[in-house]
Amino acid sequence: MRLTLKIWRQAQDNPKGTFERYDVDDVSPDMSFLEMLDILNERLMHEGKEPIAFDHDCREGICGMCSLMINGQAHGPDRGVATCQLHMRRFKDGETIVIEPWRAKAFPVIKDLVVDRSAFDRIIQAGGYVSVSTGGVPEGNTIPVPKPAAEQAMDAAACIGCGACVAACPNASAMLFVAAKVSHLATLPQGQVEKDQRVLRMVEAMDQEGFGNCTNHYECMAACPKQIHVKFITLMNREYLKASIKQP
Amino acid sequence: MHASPQSSIGQKALMAATGLILLAFVISHLLGNLLVFAGPEALNAYALKLRHMAPLLWLARALLLLAVVVHLWTSIRLSRQNRLARPVGYRRFRPGETSLSARTMLLSGVLLLAYLVYHLLQFTFHTTDPALAHLTDPLGNHDVYAMVITAFRNPWISCIYVVGMAALCAHLSHGFDSSFQSLGVNNERLLPLLQRVGQALSLAIFMGYSSIPVAVLLGIVKLR
Ligand code: HEM
Ligand code: FES
Repeated sequence: MRLTLKIWRQAQDNPKGTFERYDVDDVSPDMSFLEMLDILNERLMHEGKEPIAFDHDCREGICGMCSLMINGQAHGPDRGVATCQLHMRRFKDGETIVIEPWRAKAFPVIKDLVVDRSAFDRIIQAGGYVSVSTGGVPEGNTIPVPKPAAEQAMDAAACIGCGACVAACPNASAMLFVAAKVSHLATLPQGQVEKDQRVLRMVEAMDQEGFGNCTNHYECMAACPKQIHVKFITLMNREYLKASIKQP
Repeated sequence: MHASPQSSIGQKALMAATGLILLAFVISHLLGNLLVFAGPEALNAYALKLRHMAPLLWLARALLLLAVVVHLWTSIRLSRQNRLARPVGYRRFRPGETSLSARTMLLSGVLLLAYLVYHLLQFTFHTTDPALAHLTDPLGNHDVYAMVITAFRNPWISCIYVVGMAALCAHLSHGFDSSFQSLGVNNERLLPLLQRVGQALSLAIFMGYSSIPVAVLLGIVKLR
């Protein structure tokens, strides 16, 4: 396959960047999207040019490190996969592919396609935990978890924190990420003690980072590689409003 | 740690609550207006009854005014924050899930506001056509029926009303299910249902209101 790539290039510590055009041929349809970028980077290094910086780690859709806005869609055109799981057979021979970093005030670009997602870490620090006594590992069945609660908590916990929800949202809102974390813990018995404080703190932290507000477009759910459902946003809204009645 | 109506979720709840208050008014106002098809006696008697309930009427008006002000104020704040949240946009952005009505809430809202101002100037304050204020029916009461028909016989005025109602239809076809989501009343099964109910309701509201100017222009409803 031959492809034309238009890739955002931005030097570190430089607020300005531009799109650069790269023509690549000999792309195998069996390559993953990131392998295609690896090959391009090898060529750039041979030519003595700066390779394109992009995030990746596990390359099997579990770590949440990869990103990329590919032709206007977070993680590319396939539903329910991360960029590392996207294959070149999804594209047509001769196609032009525009590759951009996640765009949000709360996710500043570090270099090329790499953005700083530590805003998510600060939201987790604000309340995305349960306090437990230290000591030996408790017996597994000490706290019984009802099956529906376990299922729901697992669905929410599938979030890998990649930030695609923010990238795909027309308002750059982080509601799906925060909702997944709040719902995960609010559903389990272990999360009950800090339930109210958690949702209030995490939403406050989210707002402070400068993310936008949810206007219920549901683009986040369409872009999420783990297909986290927007019902968790409903749940967080409900938790927040309940907590605000209890502690106005 | 306390909750705040200025938080993102707090503001969305305000939008939703005030939007639903306005929706309740829109529906009851439509049901009253449809009495135009029952003839002048029915419509004018209804208008008179409303006037006799003055304290309640003023309470409702105050609530509606408050709802409009909060809804407007919050929509401006939210829209501003949302714009600031993405200072550098995408060269290519292809949303796949949202709808046209969801992406044009601000536009349909601004159109609605313009319509609302015109509507109040015309039928409530009688500024656009002072002659409309002095119509009386055979019982000596304000002739709402004649007022509506006189106004709608002008195709331009009818046209403004139909366009205004189209904006309302667009606004509500996203606003209805959106407000339930914002208030935390939704789930996986309810979501598609609320979306469909919202669309059907907005369409019914559009057709209900538009039927009045259309019926006047077609001569189905006329002065007696
Ligand atoms: C009859 C008048 C109106 C009714 C019945 C109405 C109803 C609603 C409803 C039910 C919502 C959904 C709330 C939510 O998303 O949770 C909404 C949202 C909104 N309204 Fe209105 N509204 C009216 C007038 C206006 C006006 C005059 C504006 C002026 C700018 C406006 C701007 C907006 C905006 C920007 C949103 C938020 C969009 C979003 O969250 O996606 N609305 N409205
Ligand atoms: S690299 Fe780990 S999820 Fe894509």
